[in-house]
Amino acid sequence: MNRVLLARLIDLVIVLFGVSIIVFLMIRLIPGDAVAIMLGANTEITPERMAELNRRVGLDRPIVEQYLLWAGSALRGDFGTSLWTGRPVAGEILLHLWPTLELTFLALLIGAVLAVPVGCLMAQTRGGAADVTMRVTAIAGLTIPSFWLGIVLILLLASWAPGFASLGYVPFSEDPVGNLQRMTLPAIALALPILANLSRLVRSAMLDALGQDYVRTARAKGLAERKVVYKHALRNALIPFLTSVGIMTGYLLGGAIVVEQVFAIPGLGRLILGAIAERNYPLIQATILVVTAGFVLVNFLVDLLYIVVDPRVRA
Amino acid sequence: MQRLAKNKLLTFAVVLVAIQIILALGAPVFAPYDPMAQSVARRLRAPTELNWFGTDQLGRDVLTRILYGYRTSLIACLLAVSVALLAGGALGLVAAYYRGWLDRIIMRIMDVLFAFPVMLLAIGIIAVLGPHTYSAAAAIAVVYTPIFARLLRGPALVLCESEYVAGARAIGASDARIIFMHILPNLASVILVQTTLLLSAAILVEASLSFLGLGTQPPTPSLGLMLSEGRNFLMLSPWSAIFAGFAILFLSFGFNLLGDALRDTLDPRLRGQP
Repeated sequence: MNRVLLARLIDLVIVLFGVSIIVFLMIRLIPGDAVAIMLGANTEITPERMAELNRRVGLDRPIVEQYLLWAGSALRGDFGTSLWTGRPVAGEILLHLWPTLELTFLALLIGAVLAVPVGCLMAQTRGGAADVTMRVTAIAGLTIPSFWLGIVLILLLASWAPGFASLGYVPFSEDPVGNLQRMTLPAIALALPILANLSRLVRSAMLDALGQDYVRTARAKGLAERKVVYKHALRNALIPFLTSVGIMTGYLLGGAIVVEQVFAIPGLGRLILGAIAERNYPLIQATILVVTAGFVLVNFLVDLLYIVVDPRVRA
Repeated sequence: MQRLAKNKLLTFAVVLVAIQIILALGAPVFAPYDPMAQSVARRLRAPTELNWFGTDQLGRDVLTRILYGYRTSLIACLLAVSVALLAGGALGLVAAYYRGWLDRIIMRIMDVLFAFPVMLLAIGIIAVLGPHTYSAAAAIAVVYTPIFARLLRGPALVLCESEYVAGARAIGASDARIIFMHILPNLASVILVQTTLLLSAAILVEASLSFLGLGTQPPTPSLGLMLSEGRNFLMLSPWSAIFAGFAILFLSFGFNLLGDALRDTLDPRLRGQP
């Protein structure tokens, strides 16, 4: 148990280290004049002035030293200051983090909760026309662009219930009803591909589980079919489901960035797109680093949970 | 009965994809209008027999723009996925064949790239390259490289242990000969299925990036861009956004269905897996 845990921890550290190197190098690859823009120089700069600028932000030091300085302050939560507002980058991220997290969480909740019964149903009606229909529907759900689904939902709602506020964002703490009301449509739009993906996974895992010996035993001892499916088979089928839910968070974070734009939600999507438009490189860098690290940590926790749930992994 | 249904599915998927590829590549032939031709008098029209899918905010024909948009999306995605397949496939095969420290280093780097959420890494790459159709394609290529490397390394490892590879080595075949003549052909079905499925996903990523203004730039016709431009005139005339969305959906759906049906047909053992 401890050895597995240690191995996973070492993996985690290596991956985080690699991620930080890539994010650090990304900014080095930007054409040189961007450094000047980054430092707020608006007119032409002489080579001397450029050298001075470079010295000021430490660009003249060896690259390893630069990385260590940058990573060191990032570890302490200091990502520098935003180029345009002058506020700390960490604060800007925190401000925009909550809407995205809430949207991601709600979509994951809707998708994961619905996927279990839908997947079980798909597994039980295996074969025949119903099976093919459901499979094709699931693929369609998987390939629906969620930002387009969002637009269509807004249109439909506007004609059915014109008074329903579907755009924008209010914090949950200020107006819980208004918050959930505005979050419903984006969460549904974002959840559909997840639902399609996870229900297909539950289906195949259930088919796998239903073919196992212990299911035959449970049936042989005369257990009700519902109990066989939901108690014996499902419990084992949920193990691969768990890993996928972890991986889905990465997809959801990316999807949320796009869906936020449709529903005018001031989340990380707006932050990073704004940062790209105004070439606010420290902000882009920090946002990518923080979100990726969060995603890696979520998957690490799912891995741990996996060890707890499935005793076979411990061996 | 079920086999027949599966084969029907495959036929349907092939036809769906083929039609869209022909429409995309033949856009200049099939399109009724010039994709750039504007007409102030005919702005934001609903579908008529003159403009089957209506017109956009500049009076351009939506059907024409969609056909050309297909072309932009398909070419960008085919390019991106091919590069990812070549780079990722080569890395995965080399890692599996030579094992040892080379394997460890290659797969560690792939693990790190794989750790990024897809859209976020793509956005980061575009932040460096600047928004463009080819930047989006490059971003997708980088994002999918580790996926191909991981996908091919596993089965390649098994093949490297097989008796016929040992046999080929025993009669003095070179490394390159073993990789290209003995290992690669056995991976053909995995490659075909996964390339098709990843193309489907790439189409959605490209559309998302263009929708965010990070991919194809106006006035070049692009499905994602049409959606984002159409969004501003949603209450006046939703046609451009609605049809562009359907186009993205059909394109991605076609490839996904094709990949799914191919997997069932090529590998009966995998039948029923997601």
